[in-house]
Amino acid sequence: MRLSAILLFAGLALPAAADAPEADRQAELLHRLRHDCGSCHGMTMAGGLGPALLPAALEGRSDEELARIVLDGVPRTPMPPWRFEITEDEALWLVGRLKEGLDED
Amino acid sequence: MRTEAIVLGVGLLLAGALPAAACQLGGLRGTGDLGIVVERAAGRVQVIDTTARTSLCTVAGLGDLSHASAVFSRDGRYAFVFGRDGGLSKVDLLKGEVVKRIVQAGNSIGGAISSSGRLVAVSNYDPGGVRVFDSRTLDLVADLPAAGADGAPSKVVGLVDAPGEVFVYALYDAGQIRHADFSDPTAPVVRTFEDVGLQPYDGLITPDGRHYVAGLFGEDGLAALDLWHLEKGVVRILDGYGRGEEPLPVYKMPHLEGWAAAGDLLFLPAVGRHELLVVDRDGFEEVDRIEVHGQPIFAVARPDGREVWVNFAHPDNGVVQVIDVPSRAVVAELEPGEAVLHLEFTPRGSEVWVSARDSDRVVVYDTASKERLAAIEAATPSGIFMTARAHRTGL
Repeated sequence: MRLSAILLFAGLALPAAADAPEADRQAELLHRLRHDCGSCHGMTMAGGLGPALLPAALEGRSDEELARIVLDGVPRTPMPPWRFEITEDEALWLVGRLKEGLDED
Repeated sequence: MRTEAIVLGVGLLLAGALPAAACQLGGLRGTGDLGIVVERAAGRVQVIDTTARTSLCTVAGLGDLSHASAVFSRDGRYAFVFGRDGGLSKVDLLKGEVVKRIVQAGNSIGGAISSSGRLVAVSNYDPGGVRVFDSRTLDLVADLPAAGADGAPSKVVGLVDAPGEVFVYALYDAGQIRHADFSDPTAPVVRTFEDVGLQPYDGLITPDGRHYVAGLFGEDGLAALDLWHLEKGVVRILDGYGRGEEPLPVYKMPHLEGWAAAGDLLFLPAVGRHELLVVDRDGFEEVDRIEVHGQPIFAVARPDGREVWVNFAHPDNGVVQVIDVPSRAVVAELEPGEAVLHLEFTPRGSEVWVSARDSDRVVVYDTASKERLAAIEAATPSGIFMTARAHRTGL
């Protein structure tokens, strides 16, 4: 009882943070990011036909704006919308990982 | 000492299931049945023997191999592997080792080897342009920048070799096709064809080396250049092939390759559509469209031209479809694994190797019976390249 109250409080204290996906889904999303997004942005996110998505390249752009690009794509460019299989929370979580930089592996 | 020996022994036993670290080919052998499988995330290639349907060894240290491709020396001994990170590696298939590796740009997309085998060209995204190297030493021979009419650097795509020491390529940002003649390697002659269309994303050359075709992402249509008649310039073909229809979002760019030619027909992936376009090679007229399982990525003709095998973009990428050329009907559907990225026929087409990235395996099929003959473990396998490419134009 006590514990859940604390968790609830902690959750309320961070209204802006997206709900992180479950661990399995995180692994799946990161795999997609490297390999499917990576087919244009490069497996290391250093860019390809699409722009680089390294932390420095994303500086100054809001999480919400970047998540919207992931979800809805960019018209007249090859960037497609991913809303059909990625939720808003997941897109925000992915943007967070990109801004941190992906691990080398 | 004893313990170490036992541990080593166990290690070797375990390793027996996996490709050995170094090639142990033993004695004399030819290379006509060899090839490589790219393990994109591991920065390695496996050297494969397509007669034994096995992996002989792995060669590591090749950098970022996402979207990696390879061409071969004309003796079939060396693979030139083009990495995404600008790396160009010369791999000795017989020794299973890297002979030389250079990082020639920040970000590159593919390469080609000249008809004489003397020059290797690499197309770059960053800083853009094409760099040409001596295939023996990997020393720089020429640097061809690719700025558009506005002076801005352009990404280069669709680089192919053509007869007569020629390379042809397209400029994604600038909407151009360029023809670089290296018959005198010290003084290459570059011809530029402007306004070929919006966002050319890849190119192919027909197996006879005569026609170069660039696919356009930014509009429905393709741009074609007759290399026998450069004075006629680039012509638009299949203009507006999807006019009036809303294209689907594209989750992976299609690839164009000379393999798409079957007899008098070309089978080309339609951008943003679940269709293959069938084009008459003489007049470049649309002959037919074939509805397929998803958005095609590779449409590869079996070397005899009787069938075309097709893989697809995410999320429909667990399937390979086989199209019978005479009837233009889908006659078989195979499921080699998750995320099928590439397929390559053995030189005369009796078998085909298919990479399933997310299943970590490469599957070998008999192309007549469609039966699965073997599966080879590989870490996130992508491109498969066999030495027979050394003797074909534009691959």
